[in-house]
Amino acid sequence: MNNNSPNDWLFEITPKNKFFSLNLREVWQYRDLLFLFVKRDVITVYKQTVLGPLWYLIQPLFTSVTFTIIFNNVAGIDTGTVPPFLFNLAGITVWNYFTACLTGTSDTFKANAAIFGKVYFPRIITPLSVVISNLVKFGIQFLIFIGFYIFYYFQGANLGLNSLILFFPVLIVMMGILGLGLGMLISATVTKYRDFIHLIGFGIQLLMYLSAVMYPMELIKDKLPSYGWLVEYNPLAYIIETARYMLLNVGEVSILGLSYTFVVTIAVFFIGLLVFNKTEKSFIDTV
Amino acid sequence: MKKDIILKAENISKQYRLGQVGTGTLSHDINRWWHKIRGKENPYLKIGETNDRSTKGSSDYVWALQDINFEVERGEVLGIIGKNGAGKSTLLKILSKVTAPTTGSIKSRGRIASLLEVGTGFNGEMTGRENIFLNGAILGMTKKEITSKLDEIIEFSGCERYIDTPVKRYSSGMTVRLAFAVAAFLEPEILVIDEVLAVGDAEFQKKAIGKMQDISKGEGRTVLFVSHNMAAVKSLCTRGIVMEKGSIKYEGRIDDAIEKYLEDENTTAHHIWNESDKPKGDFIELTEVKVLNKYDAITINHSILDEVKIEFTYQIFREGELFTHGFNLYNVENVHILSSHDKNSSTLKQALRIGKYKTAIIIPGNLLAEGSYSCSFAIMRYSPFHIEFHEMNTVGFNIIDEFGGQTVRGNYSGHYPGLIRPELEWKK
Repeated sequence: MNNNSPNDWLFEITPKNKFFSLNLREVWQYRDLLFLFVKRDVITVYKQTVLGPLWYLIQPLFTSVTFTIIFNNVAGIDTGTVPPFLFNLAGITVWNYFTACLTGTSDTFKANAAIFGKVYFPRIITPLSVVISNLVKFGIQFLIFIGFYIFYYFQGANLGLNSLILFFPVLIVMMGILGLGLGMLISATVTKYRDFIHLIGFGIQLLMYLSAVMYPMELIKDKLPSYGWLVEYNPLAYIIETARYMLLNVGEVSILGLSYTFVVTIAVFFIGLLVFNKTEKSFIDTV
Repeated sequence: MKKDIILKAENISKQYRLGQVGTGTLSHDINRWWHKIRGKENPYLKIGETNDRSTKGSSDYVWALQDINFEVERGEVLGIIGKNGAGKSTLLKILSKVTAPTTGSIKSRGRIASLLEVGTGFNGEMTGRENIFLNGAILGMTKKEITSKLDEIIEFSGCERYIDTPVKRYSSGMTVRLAFAVAAFLEPEILVIDEVLAVGDAEFQKKAIGKMQDISKGEGRTVLFVSHNMAAVKSLCTRGIVMEKGSIKYEGRIDDAIEKYLEDENTTAHHIWNESDKPKGDFIELTEVKVLNKYDAITINHSILDEVKIEFTYQIFREGELFTHGFNLYNVENVHILSSHDKNSSTLKQALRIGKYKTAIIIPGNLLAEGSYSCSFAIMRYSPFHIEFHEMNTVGFNIIDEFGGQTVRGNYSGHYPGLIRPELEWKK
């Protein structure tokens, strides 16, 4: 151990990161930290609130009720044989997971500047913990969806599970990765150009309307044929449409669309990772 | 014996951009990128200036660190000292991988864990126990490691009673105790510590210093310690680096390093006052002070063997006053070493005419210990006693140590303590 051959250094700190490096071994070494961050996020969010984790349920329920009133009762969007409330709840639950991942990871650097400024650990642990703790939140929200699903089933609604439901976890993971990738990309950019913070708030709002959350995908093709491409090129729309197909057996599954979504997800994730890695080493000087 | 180098910094430099980051960066970025694709050097790397807070530079970029080179041996406790803004914290940030250097590299043979301001990542909503786990994990420990040391950590922190209380209910002292306890039980090969001892009561500080001594001496771990607390630095470190304006000013034994740090760069061996700010009394004003060697030349550094002559020039502007001169000597820690009144001065018996006069005091060789000194000068009247003026920090000088038969030290080359070092007689 004490020999002094010139090249037995354990590691070296140098100015620039290698062009691309995801040090998985290092991330694995810090897996306990990942777990503790997730635990922290889950238990501290609703501390000192009366309703506690119930808040996880209140938000999607109220949003679904509002959507049902506005889009289905007032605007008259047809959801076929599926009760509009359940249709909206499915879309919102899945959509919420994406937005939670995106907003949670997009201010990674800014929100953690104090801690990043003092200790080193693989920075990717932080956005990863956001994605995973939101998965817990998604799980709770999904339970409420199942509750209503059973309720409507016994009410005699025409609901049929699709065998593709087995792939539902894959879909959710894909959504998480897309949110993570996009979030990392934005968080890295935000450290230098704060403009993106302002963009993200209303950007997500607008994106929701383009993601077929409260309407079936084919509806937009029927009613707005010239703008339908906006939705067709949105990978999120395919995820939500497919999720609804799996859960409620409505809508369509486009293999082409899903493949496209898959490619975009992978691309966004790797670009995000690349930019994130590059920022990681010196963001503390620019944040 | 061959040196066992555990950490090696080579040409570390760090450049920062000043002013409003965010405006104009895009154009700089584009320009930088444009240079890069043409294979040219980054245009903004050249225009950086050295880091000096007090003067206003013309460039937007400064070098917070410039060409830092040093080596650390295994088991060594290295103190890094310097004024605020000297680049200490930047260096530690680079060492702990929080930020990357602009140029240069650091090579290490061991894991580095840092303790830059304790309590990093503490979550107020979580209990002390939960925070031990979270903080430990942030600092690089695994859950298993923490669990095995949990009892020791809690005991060391002295927070047993509150360990299941949310940390936001803790006093700041308790938070620091808990955080330090977690860090103290880390087991990296190299521990980086910045200003931990700023908070906490005296008892805990003593405990913390003791623990750090155990870490370095007993367990043979390497520690890099940054602090403004010279007593802590002195008792912990074996070697020191003095940083100034982003570069290493001195590297060597910790006592010498502390002296170099405390040494005021404004110390001068020759002081002439402007018309407006002369120290003055009712009838007299000080105009000039010089530190002279035995050849009457102005000198700031004097051998420990040589006498030092300090010459004061003053102006009498009202006749008929009887007075005398006083002199005080202070060391770098501002300890008042000695005081001398010119009790037999002729000016006590006979008043001086208007005009310029000189007086000088001689400090013999083999009296003062090595180090830097500062001199004050006073004009006093005796009956009744009245101080006309007492001017601090008029001039300063350094006493440089030497070996050899004529010195008090003789041929002993080790650390020689004591505020003064007069030649005393030993009787048989």
